[in-house]
Amino acid sequence: MNQFLLSLIVGIFVGGVAGYLGTLMLSKKMALVAGPLGHLTLPGIALALIYGFDISLGAFPFVILGIVFIWLFEIRTKLPMEALTAVVFASGVAIAFLFLPIGQAEAALVGDISKVNLWESAISVVLTVSLFLIITKIYPKMILINISEDLAKSQAINVKKCNLVYLILIAVIVALGVKIVGGLLTAALAAIPACSARNLSRNIFQYAFGATIIGIISSSLGIFIFELTGFPAGPLIILANAVIFLISTIFKR
Amino acid sequence: MSIINFLKNSTEDCNSMENNLILKVTDLSVELEGEKIINNLSFEVKSGDILTILGPNGAGKTVLLKTLLGLLPHKGEIKWKKNIRIGYVPQRLPFIKDVPLSVKDFLRLKKSFDKEMKEILGSVGFKENLLEKKVGDLSSGQFQRILVAWSLIGNPQVLLFDEPTTGIDIEGEETVYRLLVKLKEERELTILLVTHDLSVVYTFSNYVICLNKQPICRGFPQEILTPENLQKLYGAEVKYYRHTH
Repeated sequence: MNQFLLSLIVGIFVGGVAGYLGTLMLSKKMALVAGPLGHLTLPGIALALIYGFDISLGAFPFVILGIVFIWLFEIRTKLPMEALTAVVFASGVAIAFLFLPIGQAEAALVGDISKVNLWESAISVVLTVSLFLIITKIYPKMILINISEDLAKSQAINVKKCNLVYLILIAVIVALGVKIVGGLLTAALAAIPACSARNLSRNIFQYAFGATIIGIISSSLGIFIFELTGFPAGPLIILANAVIFLISTIFKR
Repeated sequence: MSIINFLKNSTEDCNSMENNLILKVTDLSVELEGEKIINNLSFEVKSGDILTILGPNGAGKTVLLKTLLGLLPHKGEIKWKKNIRIGYVPQRLPFIKDVPLSVKDFLRLKKSFDKEMKEILGSVGFKENLLEKKVGDLSSGQFQRILVAWSLIGNPQVLLFDEPTTGIDIEGEETVYRLLVKLKEERELTILLVTHDLSVVYTFSNYVICLNKQPICRGFPQEILTPENLQKLYGAEVKYYRHTH
């Protein structure tokens, strides 16, 4: 299949679902968490590049490890999740730069969607569709947990379980995101569409749907411009997102 | 343990309870992270009561409500009347401005339908259609009424209300209490109210429990809120509180 088409398909699915999940992260003051988690993937990406296996596959165990640490630290210290993430992530960056092959550093830092193959694309699509369904299932519960954990518990919602599922969802989307925009920029893939959509929406549906659409549009735009200009797709996708955000500030409701 | 299971367990052997008794608490003790928050508390709530749980900040009032809801581990017995439906409004809701949440979105989180929502909004005193409005754009008084509306979804028999007037101006305060009294009449509600505000007790409730980790006193407000008991309850603060009347 055409390489451009493959990149576009992966970009659309991952960008859209990252935007959708981002709406939950924004409301839980977690928008910045994906950033550090993205950085945490760097050692995994380095390993993947050295031994020549899939970047997302290398990234995933490191994100999970980081999340388990953050989750345990939160229970133990009651510090805010985003603060703990900052504590954990620097280690990831530090470890990565000990042995990341410098020649391939760019792919690790800002992603490289232009080499994605048919097999990887198929897995990305299956994973993102599953993510989409799970997010939709836990969405109202997560919103209620964000508003008030007591209120959620009084509705028989298992808060701990929901939070864990939510963190795993973030881990998967970060692992998928690094392939497209790299370890440095994954956070933006989730955070910016949610910010833009929030500016434009008056209810939850507009917010969640809007962020998904904005994620899809900016990924497609980035990959089109990459095809035309040859600039790396990752930064272009993020810049497309940033431009949409700027426009959204003009029309803020 | 989910609240549903909790309620099932705690209501199973309640058939022997008197007909108009809604809640019976015996020797309740709650310990959180090694600290005793509530110690040997016993009380009963009858159908139609407005029970106030009164005490200074940090006295364990909120913990008591959460324990009654089954959200916290405890020793002793909490017996609710069988198949009771409980509505709950917690004290503070901090994150609500982060998401563009309409009033409709919010009420729908509790599995409410459009018809019920409109009816309940009317019942908490909103004449205009507020459903499409963003929760973040409401005034504190309006928001408090939306919270009351939330607690009314599912047609509860008991309302648990934690400091209903936190962060509302004085006029809003009046309205919230008047609203509670009105709802009680209309819907035959029993209300458990947590507050540190003494005036509320006199005006609105027919039974009061004074709590400062230890149960200090309980009974009819006019009878038990003596200067001695208040002194015990509030310590040095008592002067301030008596001046408010």
